[in-house]
Amino acid sequence: MQNPYNFVGVLILAAILLPVVGLGVAWLVRPHKPNPIKKSTYECGIEPIGETWVQFKVSYYIYALIFVVFDVESVFLFPWAVAYNRLPLYAFLEVVIFIAILFFALIYAWRKGALKWL
Amino acid sequence: MEIYLFFLFGGIAVVGALAMVFNKNAVHSALFLLLTLVMIAGLYVLLNAQFIAVAQIMVYAGAIVVLILFVVMLLGAELGESIPRWLTLRNSVMVLLALVFLTVSGTAVYDWLYSTQPITGTVTDEVIARQGSVQLVGESLFTQFLLPFELASILLLVGIIGVVVLGGWRLVQHRQRGE
Repeated sequence: MQNPYNFVGVLILAAILLPVVGLGVAWLVRPHKPNPIKKSTYECGIEPIGETWVQFKVSYYIYALIFVVFDVESVFLFPWAVAYNRLPLYAFLEVVIFIAILFFALIYAWRKGALKWL
Repeated sequence: MEIYLFFLFGGIAVVGALAMVFNKNAVHSALFLLLTLVMIAGLYVLLNAQFIAVAQIMVYAGAIVVLILFVVMLLGAELGESIPRWLTLRNSVMVLLALVFLTVSGTAVYDWLYSTQPITGTVTDEVIARQGSVQLVGESLFTQFLLPFELASILLLVGIIGVVVLGGWRLVQHRQRGE
């Protein structure tokens, strides 16, 4: 019997080989003539100002927190989708309620302005 | 084959964890944490716990590491303390004692689980191999554990409300500026 994890292995191998081969071939083929202007950070053609390690706006964090909540929601939906054919109808209704509660959570966050960029 | 994969995943996980602790740059530490979490997901697959593995990758490797990276970037704490400042005799002894405690307690829990209480139940390795653990989790989640599942949505709702409260000061600040 063929092991189903062989496919996972092939995918992992492809995921590793694709960047390694791409970057490796580019590294072999490209000419190597660095100069200070070439090595500076590219910023839309404008001269870069300050350090590359900068503090981010706190606003990003709110979106990340909301993202975590809906990520957990998707984790709960995953076994439901796999076992869908073996579940009774009320399981479907329960998932609808589950999604509805979190949908209203999203509406609430939206109404309260948590999604607003300030 | 499985034993090689175990040592591969476990070895990379341990190396990643050590690199995470000893790295000076907090962003690189977070990325090594990501490596360790993904390798632990591989260990879960070896233990026939595919659902835990997927949850690990989606929630921890996907969302929690993003959160940690945001915290690091928000605080501007990319460059932490240098290692010699906390690599003292006192801390080394503490780490050693912690490892001894971890070994003792881990052995105790293992013995309690596997010698005094033999594993019983309908979900054996054969059943998992035949049906897949994700499907089994789905079936029990939507029949036997339906109420905890719905309560999870309430818990997530509370989380969203917490986010709104946490982010509320932004709106207040915004209004105070008179915009």
